[in-house]
Amino acid sequence: MSETTIGGIAGRMPKFVRRADPAVLTAFACIVLLLFVGSLYSRSFLSPEYLLQQLKVASFLGVIATGMMLVILLGQIDLSVPWSVAAGAMMACAAAAYGPVGVALAIPFGIFCGVAIGVVNGIGVAYLRIPSMIITLATNAVAQGLMVVYTGGFSPQDSATRAMRYLATGFAIPGVPNAVVIWALIGAAMVFVLTRTGFGRTVYGIGNRERAAYLSGIDTRRVVLIAFAVSGGLSAFGGVLLAGYASKAAQSMGDAYLLPSIAAVVLGGTSILGGRGSYLGTVAGVILITLLQSILSVMQMPEAGRQIIYGVVIVAMLLLYGRAPASR
Amino acid sequence: MKDWRYWLAEQRGTLLAFGIFIVMFTIYTSNHPAGFTANVVQTASNKGVLLAFVAMAQTLVVITAGIDLSVGMIFLLTNCLASWLVIGTGIETAFGVVAVLGTGLLCGAINGAIVIYGRLQPIVTTIATGAVYFGIALLLRPFPGGSVNEDLADALTGRLFGVVPASLVALLAVVLVVWMPFSRSVLGRAAYAAGSSEMAAYMSGVPIRRGKFAAYALAGLLAAIGGLFLTFFTYTGEAAYASGNAYTLFSIAAVVLGGVSLFGGKGSAIGAIFGALAFRTIGDLLFVFDFDPLWQPLFQGVILLIAVSLGAFALFRVRNRLEWFL
Repeated sequence: MSETTIGGIAGRMPKFVRRADPAVLTAFACIVLLLFVGSLYSRSFLSPEYLLQQLKVASFLGVIATGMMLVILLGQIDLSVPWSVAAGAMMACAAAAYGPVGVALAIPFGIFCGVAIGVVNGIGVAYLRIPSMIITLATNAVAQGLMVVYTGGFSPQDSATRAMRYLATGFAIPGVPNAVVIWALIGAAMVFVLTRTGFGRTVYGIGNRERAAYLSGIDTRRVVLIAFAVSGGLSAFGGVLLAGYASKAAQSMGDAYLLPSIAAVVLGGTSILGGRGSYLGTVAGVILITLLQSILSVMQMPEAGRQIIYGVVIVAMLLLYGRAPASR
Repeated sequence: MKDWRYWLAEQRGTLLAFGIFIVMFTIYTSNHPAGFTANVVQTASNKGVLLAFVAMAQTLVVITAGIDLSVGMIFLLTNCLASWLVIGTGIETAFGVVAVLGTGLLCGAINGAIVIYGRLQPIVTTIATGAVYFGIALLLRPFPGGSVNEDLADALTGRLFGVVPASLVALLAVVLVVWMPFSRSVLGRAAYAAGSSEMAAYMSGVPIRRGKFAAYALAGLLAAIGGLFLTFFTYTGEAAYASGNAYTLFSIAAVVLGGVSLFGGKGSAIGAIFGALAFRTIGDLLFVFDFDPLWQPLFQGVILLIAVSLGAFALFRVRNRLEWFL
């Protein structure tokens, strides 16, 4: 739809503008707009320290949204993010309580737990053909149940290891927080996988039409399984980083990441039906969401107002450019 | 095939849910220290009815092959609103009830308008509108509190003639007033047809848009009835995020247990009601067997996982592998 409507105008524009996705451009335009509004509100909004701080906060969401994007590109969705995040954080902290070996294995163990959740999701979606939003809700409930039994219903007492704190808050490169570096590395790996490998092309293919991909001789079920496992692992890794940032895990730490991760991916122009979208858009979406949250908190908006504005903005932006084509 | 066999095939899911519920409830009451008494039944029905209303709401949307992840939040919003409005003299209370139900209807209608006329995906839309509804609920009740007309509340949560739980009678009344007319009307058939095959329904001139819109709006209304009853049981309003999410999740579990197909076009709200009652009873079984309450979330999660996995048995009937990919 978008190609045909803007074809006339776009024909006269420079090549790099013509090739860009209008959704990604809109998202970046909104970022500029938000920065402008923010700078009217407070001078320090455009200072490098503040922007770097925002980028650091954004990187946690960025890591989680990367996994979500992979799943959404398949035309599926992963609603098990909240407790994958919490399970990753809690299990990493829990492992740290078991001596030096536990400390060394804390981060891999946290990620492993997320991958395990993702594998259950993937088996349900790919092999049992259960709708992804249902099976991921169910595994989310099971993960929550396991964590409640493990922690006894309270926030766990174990604290994050030094390595986790270093990853989330340290500076390996002077001036650039480690969390941002990690997001950049994961993002670069994702771009490579999506655009340069067979796996990535298959993901787009399945998102467009799984039947066609299957008939082309691709083991689509294996690809779906791997994508869900990666999504679970990245959610858990996001949780590990968050635990390092706050130096401990908390019961409902993941709840605040479900809607933002979906919103970031969808606002970045990735079709919720799958098969279309770029990682650049997701980056734009993540930054957009983080800035929006930041401005609302700078304005001292209470939680209630934040939730309302948040939902309204997402629906409004989707109505602008995320609509399904008119049927027939 | 004879008529009764068609009827049996149509009602299979509902009957199965009814059977599961009867078995579970028998196990529950026979192990309950007080046994099968009016008190036990009243408590069980009061708890079950809340989920039953939310599950009915979810059914209406699921029948159109959509999903409503905001039902739990509409439930919370109307609970908070009722704790402000449903109080005072008879007329004020009546006005409050109408206002609460109207709010629920409006929330559902907003969902429907965005999904159908805005052409957005139901799942993303209802997550976002759910955030908005939760925000409004939090605005109404930053802290738990409020009160409700206690005469009305006691009348609707007590027992009729000392035996029959009034909440069950209210549930029956809602089924007769809302579900029966809707499922037999043109709009209701259109909602089923849209869920079964939207293209075919459109080609046959079925008013699918109006049918789907009515389904979403009525879902909001039913969730509001649930929220009203929650206020009657607790006498307060509370905007608890976790509780809203839990009701959304349990409503999906109840719908699945009740034999409603998540792909749309199949099942009935009656089945979902028995699914909800069965799900609640399963959760309560832990208590009569003296398990630690900490295990309850895990137990309910596992039940949900098993319930949704049961749908996979349909795969064994698939002859052509391409039918995997719908």
